[in-house]
Amino acid sequence: MEKTQNNRAWLLLLPMLAVVLFSAIIPLMTVVNYSVQDTFGQNVFFWAGLDWFREILSSDRVHGALGRQIMFSGIILAIEVPLGIIVALSMPKRGAWVSVCLVLMSLPLLIPWNVVGTIWQILGRPDIGLVGYTLDSLGIDYNYTQDALDAWITVVLMDVWHWTSLVALLAYAGLRSIPNAYYQAAKIDQASRWKVFRYIELPKMRGVLTIAILLRFMDSFKIYTEPFVLTGGGPGSSTTFLSVDLVKMAIGQFDLGPAAAFSIMYFLVILLISWVFYTVMTNIDKQEGM
Amino acid sequence: MEWMAWTWPTAIFFLVIAAILLIFTVIGLLRPEMPRVGILQIETTRGDRVFITLLGSAFINLAWLGLVGANQWWALAVCAVYAAAVFRWV
Repeated sequence: MEKTQNNRAWLLLLPMLAVVLFSAIIPLMTVVNYSVQDTFGQNVFFWAGLDWFREILSSDRVHGALGRQIMFSGIILAIEVPLGIIVALSMPKRGAWVSVCLVLMSLPLLIPWNVVGTIWQILGRPDIGLVGYTLDSLGIDYNYTQDALDAWITVVLMDVWHWTSLVALLAYAGLRSIPNAYYQAAKIDQASRWKVFRYIELPKMRGVLTIAILLRFMDSFKIYTEPFVLTGGGPGSSTTFLSVDLVKMAIGQFDLGPAAAFSIMYFLVILLISWVFYTVMTNIDKQEGM
Repeated sequence: MEWMAWTWPTAIFFLVIAAILLIFTVIGLLRPEMPRVGILQIETTRGDRVFITLLGSAFINLAWLGLVGANQWWALAVCAVYAAAVFRWV
């Protein structure tokens, strides 16, 4: 019997295409148009060619923000991934405590970014905040609004507090999918705890950990609200990351041309990294499926 | 469409990208192909190679602008060589 081909299902994709068109493609095209022009408002534009791209590529301010951004993403990944694995390994595998742990782990993820920023802004204040007041009482000179190192520690701590549980939950899901037979075989072979982790748990978590690293990297590379609410990018420009700098340029200074050129380069970097991670992840899936 | 601040160069840029996508869609329909493994050791289809070419070309142009700074058309020539290499070996 010949199969009938019905292509009408493609019509169901139309609403999604319309949403993508208006939410992504048209704004992106507009940004490209802005990036080669200059404007002083009133929708009047002057041709600038590639000048804004040249300016951004040689801007010390953007180089500084990029350096801080890479350092921030590197630090939080170096903390959150191992910490998340340790938390996942410490969580109970069965019983009533499993649900309690899962709910507790999910709580920070449910809090909106600006609320997280506000929570840590208050916590860190030396006059009324628990962390700031306690540290000051212990004789530690802590002030995240005036000291760059203190601001960095607070921003990193805030991110670790907010997102480590995501890595932990993903790692926990990976651990729960390991069949018991693996552990039994390891027990028969008298494998040490480290070897069980190194040769059974870690390889089995590879897929979910890649997803966790991808998600955390992308999110931290685009971070805006939390440092903006907590430090406003300060003191000075010590916690001004790429998106904070971009918003200052686009909305604060109304430099739409340079901001558009900056956005395109930012977008290209994120697109490249996403593609690399996507390729790695699909290859892992193929290898595991073999 | 005035609010989108169109210019002829940007319009041509998007038309070229749209034409590339359209041409490769038609080629894909007329001559379907199997994925292959190239020097990157990953499976790629013709569409993947178009994506790698376009993304790589954007970075080549930016690198040329940042490092050389003049005669941007030469960056396009480098992109053409890069595209040929991607379609041959990736």
